[in-house]
Amino acid sequence: MSSKQVSAQAEGSSVFCEFVKPLDSHTAEVEAVRCYFCYDAPCVRACPTQINIPSFIKRISQGNIRGAATEILDANIMGGTCARVCPVEILCQASCVRTKDDDNAVEIGLLQRFATEEFFKTGEQPFKREPSVGKKVAVVGAGPAGLSCAHRLATLGYDVEIFESRAKSGGLNEYGLAPYKVTTESVQKEVDFILKVGGIKIHHGKSLGKDFTLDSLRKDFAAVFLGMGLSGVNALGVAGEELPGVFDAIKTIEKIRQGEKLVIGSDVVVVGGGNTAVDMAIQMKRLGALSVTLAYRRGTEQMGATVHEQELALKSGVHIRTWAKPVKICAEAGKVCCMEFEGTELNSAGKLVGTGKSFTLKANQIYKAIGQTLLPSTWGDPKTLPEVANGKIKVNAEFETSLAGVYAGGDCIAEGEDLTVTSVQQGKLAALAIHKKGDPRRG
Amino acid sequence: MADLSCNFAGIKSPNPFWLASAPPTDKKYNVERAFQAGWGGVVWKTLGEDPHVVNVSSRYGAIDYNGQRMAGFNNIELITDRPLEVNLQEIKEVKLAWPDRAVIVSLMVPCNEESWKKILKRVEETGADGVELNFGCPHGMSERGMGAAVGQVPEYVEMVTRWCKAHTRMPVLVKLTPNISDIRVPARAAKAGGCDGIALINTINSITAVDLDVMAPHPTVDGKGTHGGYCGPAVKPIALNMVAEIGRDPATAGVPISGIGGISTWKDAAEFIALGSTSVQVCTAVMNHGFRVVTDMINGLDNWMDSKGYHNLEAFRGAAIKNVRNWNELNLNFKTLAKIDQDKCIECGLCYIVCEDTSHQAISATKLAGAVRPLSKTGNLYSMKYEVIDKECVGCNLCSLVCPVKCIAMVPQETGNPYLPWTKHPNNPMRG
Ligand SMILES: Cc1cc2nc3c(=O)[nH]c(=O)nc-3n(C[C@H](O)[C@H](O)[C@H](O)COP(=O)(O)OP(=O)(O)OC[C@H]3O[C@@H](n4cnc5c(N)ncnc54)[C@H](O)[C@@H]3O)c2cc1C
Ligand SMILES: Cc1cc2nc3c(=O)[nH]c(=O)nc-3n(C[C@H](O)[C@H](O)[C@H](O)COP(=O)(O)O)c2cc1C
Ligand code: SF4
Repeated sequence: MSSKQVSAQAEGSSVFCEFVKPLDSHTAEVEAVRCYFCYDAPCVRACPTQINIPSFIKRISQGNIRGAATEILDANIMGGTCARVCPVEILCQASCVRTKDDDNAVEIGLLQRFATEEFFKTGEQPFKREPSVGKKVAVVGAGPAGLSCAHRLATLGYDVEIFESRAKSGGLNEYGLAPYKVTTESVQKEVDFILKVGGIKIHHGKSLGKDFTLDSLRKDFAAVFLGMGLSGVNALGVAGEELPGVFDAIKTIEKIRQGEKLVIGSDVVVVGGGNTAVDMAIQMKRLGALSVTLAYRRGTEQMGATVHEQELALKSGVHIRTWAKPVKICAEAGKVCCMEFEGTELNSAGKLVGTGKSFTLKANQIYKAIGQTLLPSTWGDPKTLPEVANGKIKVNAEFETSLAGVYAGGDCIAEGEDLTVTSVQQGKLAALAIHKKGDPRRG
Repeated sequence: MADLSCNFAGIKSPNPFWLASAPPTDKKYNVERAFQAGWGGVVWKTLGEDPHVVNVSSRYGAIDYNGQRMAGFNNIELITDRPLEVNLQEIKEVKLAWPDRAVIVSLMVPCNEESWKKILKRVEETGADGVELNFGCPHGMSERGMGAAVGQVPEYVEMVTRWCKAHTRMPVLVKLTPNISDIRVPARAAKAGGCDGIALINTINSITAVDLDVMAPHPTVDGKGTHGGYCGPAVKPIALNMVAEIGRDPATAGVPISGIGGISTWKDAAEFIALGSTSVQVCTAVMNHGFRVVTDMINGLDNWMDSKGYHNLEAFRGAAIKNVRNWNELNLNFKTLAKIDQDKCIECGLCYIVCEDTSHQAISATKLAGAVRPLSKTGNLYSMKYEVIDKECVGCNLCSLVCPVKCIAMVPQETGNPYLPWTKHPNNPMRG
């Protein structure tokens, strides 16, 4: 069995070159005229941040790139990243009326990317802060939810301090999104752009529960926004999980994104059916694994990864093995050598059951990608924390938690799908709610 | 297979598709390629007296509309910039080699009888089938007392036409400028002068665009620009109207017309012929796509004529003229209503917003629960149903025109009411 050591960074662009070619000003114009400029457009309804899509596309077709970009960024401050990572095939583009017409949605994602990238080249900062309201808000976590909340508050005249465990800002934009979608450079440029509006201070290396308490934030700030995302990972719960050669996908993706050296197995098995699993499998294939199998316990329709993502995996040479439940991981000379699965099916009651037939996949590396979890146990004294239900922080319609003046959004709450765009929207809406309510201490 | 052959005041061509006098007909090389491609005739690029004119560099402009390039086309070129002798020699050679095609020579010389007499003699020697008097060029030549400067003065049109008829045995076509308020007036003058046919339209005075960096009209010549002549698909409606005006004017009815202006397809050509044109002339379409477009024009016209049972062009020529009427003759009791095909509706909302904002608030918008596409799980999820409110709809056609998928039909209604024109309408104080 062979393994090879690869530095993701060294291989860089050639390994992780993007799947899609960005538009240039001519192709953007050609694509833009395909937009019918719908009234009450279905694509806008489907965009979690409600970007006025027909308007920004019209502006592109009229050569008004600045106007297009500001329309996007007003609604979605991470419109640049979202243009690259949004699953448009289930969001805006799924709703495009063109899919009913010629079966071919307008390339909203690519047009959004064109507008934002062209605009960022100018280096202009289009946002201005309103006069100071004389209030400070604390944000925990510098991911999409936290940064979006902070930016909106800053423009509304608040002073914001962000507390972030890690050394870099961006959350999963920096540590999680697939390298063939975004790069550290594009993510950090976007973070810089967001901060350039002013009034936002970030404290890196500061973790809630370790370096400060929620109580202290509630004392020192007019309001607190929690955007910690999901830091824990689910376990498989099968024998052999602790063996060398078994990894967490999330942690590995983080290493790839940070350009660390990795040992790439020859025979790789990825367990899971979501986007993380698909991203992991594609990246392993691109980094040189000979065989990569994605094993999922249900069928393709039930996979969290969209049809589009599944197609990308197949195109990249990943085998997808569905209806396969992990049984155990076996070792040879103390190292992983294969993984055993049991076939599954839905019984007459629609419940997932084992078929009793098992099979084995040869593997010298196994990556677990079966979901992330909230880690409230690390946040300090439970009595000081907001209520958690079904593994997510509970919020009301205004994104306020069970604690007055403490808001939350992004992956750490149950509302919406766990996507960058949803997190940006929730951070934005929470900021507006904080602004609407004013200082909670003065009631 | 319909008979597409055409006889224009004795000038015969195998089909009605002629190339208009313009760069595509400027020399033997182009014209022979055009004939090889199948064009039925050409009107040679306008000849003038020597010394030949000089053209500027940067000559054309165009309107792109929503991705469609050259929807309208504009030029600031003059007549041929080659010596007269060279052109005459080439015309002679071409006519000799292509006896079945129509070769007509466009002319523009100073407004005195001697000049016209002289050039007509020389053209006659080439064996060309006819001449076309260019009374239309709107720029450059008009400032020298030629082109539109003649075409805009009916007395001059008549006078020059009469000179030409006196000095040649060839059929004389008069090409009219549209830069005039009533096209019937110069048409009547041409007829009074004895012309054998009328060709129209020449180009329309235009500035296609202003270069906002240079702050000058486009095409820009060394920082300056000038008005040009507008043509291409954008001008077809103007040309059709002028052709119809001449066709239904009793003073000019029956004068052969060579229809020109924005013809790009067989359908455009059929429309000109239905309004009375005997032949049609094309320029922008070939300057946009090359000579090969004629094969699709011939093929399309042929198939359509077969499907309608028209055996030759005369079978439908002028058939639409009788239905072009003054507004006050239209039936005010006629009613048509918009009908939306809900199965084809893609929910773009355009019909609703245009009727609501700019017409008669005759389309309702109803919010329905549920996403437009079942895939969307996020966002503001509802879909819309758009329906026509019959009692508010005035039948203006707007919604059916804006619908990108053409799912709105205008359905004529059975009202049971008799024909009622404005001339008889109770609201008309002058009714008879
Ligand atoms: C591998 C992978 C691929 C993905 N691909 C896509 C995709 O292609 N498209 C898409 O739309 N979405 C994708 N997602 C989902 C998307 O990344 C998340 O929905 C989004 O990043 C959530 O934003 P957030 O701000 O809520 O959380 P995060 O991005 O997780 O950010 C949370 C931040 O809080 C910090 N933090 C955590 N705990 C503490 C603490 N105690 N104290 C201080 N700071 C703390 C973290 O360090 C982090 O910076 C992907 C997710 C993963 C895991
Ligand atoms: C349906 C319609 C009705 C019009 N009615 C009038 C009118 O009553 N009086 C008038 O001066 N112009 C009228 N116009 C002309 C417009 O005012 C305008 O001059 C013309 O449409 C050209 O502008 P546009 O093509 O940029 O819209 C009308 C135009 C349209 C389309
Ligand atoms: S035809 Fe005119 S009035 Fe009738 S529904 Fe359509 S836009 Fe409205």
